[in-house]
Amino acid sequence: MSQIWAISLKELKSYFVSPIAYVVMAMFLLISGYFFTLILFYTKDAGMMRYLFGNMVVILLLISPLLSMRLFAEEQRNKTLELLLTSPVSDAGIVMGKFIASALFLLLMLVLTFYFPVILLALGKPDLMPILTGYLGMFLMGCAFLAIGMLTSTWTQNQIVAAVLAFAISLLLWFIGASSSVVGNEMGAVLNYLSLNSHFESFAKGLLTSSDLLYYFSVIGGLLFLTTRSLETRRWR
Amino acid sequence: MIEVSQVTKYYGNHQKAVDNLTFSVPKGTILGFLGPNGAGKTTTMRMITGFMAPSEGSIQVAGFDTTSQSMEARKRIGYLPETPPLYGELTVASYLDFVARLKGLKDRRQRQARIAEVAESCWISDVMKKATSKLSKGYRQRVGLAQAIIHNPDVIVLDEPTIGLDPRQIQETRRLIKSLGGQHTIVLSTHILPEVQMTCDRVIIINRGKILAEDTPENLITRSTGVQRISLRVRGPEAEIRTALSAIPGITGLVSEPGEGALTIVRLDSATPHIQEQLAKTVVDQGWGLQALQTTEANLEDVFIQLVTKEQGE
Repeated sequence: MSQIWAISLKELKSYFVSPIAYVVMAMFLLISGYFFTLILFYTKDAGMMRYLFGNMVVILLLISPLLSMRLFAEEQRNKTLELLLTSPVSDAGIVMGKFIASALFLLLMLVLTFYFPVILLALGKPDLMPILTGYLGMFLMGCAFLAIGMLTSTWTQNQIVAAVLAFAISLLLWFIGASSSVVGNEMGAVLNYLSLNSHFESFAKGLLTSSDLLYYFSVIGGLLFLTTRSLETRRWR
Repeated sequence: MIEVSQVTKYYGNHQKAVDNLTFSVPKGTILGFLGPNGAGKTTTMRMITGFMAPSEGSIQVAGFDTTSQSMEARKRIGYLPETPPLYGELTVASYLDFVARLKGLKDRRQRQARIAEVAESCWISDVMKKATSKLSKGYRQRVGLAQAIIHNPDVIVLDEPTIGLDPRQIQETRRLIKSLGGQHTIVLSTHILPEVQMTCDRVIIINRGKILAEDTPENLITRSTGVQRISLRVRGPEAEIRTALSAIPGITGLVSEPGEGALTIVRLDSATPHIQEQLAKTVVDQGWGLQALQTTEANLEDVFIQLVTKEQGE
């Protein structure tokens, strides 16, 4: 356990010395801030956050691959993976440690946008529940994006390739529901269920359903499991 | 301490990197792995450390199987890979602290004490606050060595530990490795032969994934001292000298090259006693000028070249 935390701390340290993380964070805050201002002036409605969340999630889709791409690709390029894989930490522990670090970074980015609801509270009486569930939904969605990116990061030592693959897979999972009308009812329902954003809508509306929570937990858990397996197979190659 | 039994490793489609390797390293021994590039040294070391699993066979470290009891085995191994596994953005001090935590040193004070200790013995105390990406090659190598011994492991595996160091650092590193022997069991690979002669208790010569010889460095040399390496400096035509000398029975590996003026330099190996007399006689009888005739003692390098070339000729 303390080893997992050691990996997380080291990853966080690496984030804060690399310019990429600062650029990504600045970009996220800038664009979210722009959307917040725009939507606020357009709707003049204290319940405007629900429209904003949809936009912020798209920004997360675009920038998460940039946060996850280095997690394993860089270790492979620098040959530091040999240190990690020969240390007394399980492969699952290594994956966990890295995931926790990237999730904490994501959390920090989201916390830095808490001034949006604070402004709304100063101006009017927004409903707090949809704001809380919306943030939770964004965090879960971001974690899913990061988990996708971490998996692709184990496939290559090229960070750009890892980011592009992560972006492609995230986008596919995002739009997979769109094809549901073409493939018939049953298959369509399955595709709709798999789609990342179909589960996000209820969060933005302030609904916390166990099926949506379960969906995100299983997607993230499944991806972490695949990442662990991808790491394990290296030993047998 | 290390038991490698019938280990084979395939890469991809049936390409054997290591072929049915069996050897053991007793506690406190310094074992040297010797072999040309691509012989399977790194693969073998990666399997001992658990970075790779053997395709066939098994490896035990301190009584623990490296695949089925991997965690227990890994706790007892320190490993310096071919490239020191450094995170460029971390300072040496925070890097070593990270590795120490990774290896399971939980107590902060104990960790600090241990870091100071290894920094001292690897001569890196003066760069502790520097980022590892800013270090020279020699320092990188020494930080790599420090991270390998930080948790005081029973077994230390070093892949080419002196590569990239200057001559003085090489000497110091060898002294450090020698001082670690005894209480630690060490496996190191190298292609610098005097290094093995100076630091190792036992040598394994490996080529194309197979063990060619295993013995103490002294025994390996004596085993081949039957062969004498002779060099001659003769004034005379190169081609004729070569033909005349090759005709003498019991001569192998004859090479000749023209020297300055009309000189010819000839090198050859022979197992026949007193072959020098016959060589001298042949040269003088032909009317050439014999300027020098020198016999050199065989060293590990000769044994190595002999074994490897013999195997490749087969």
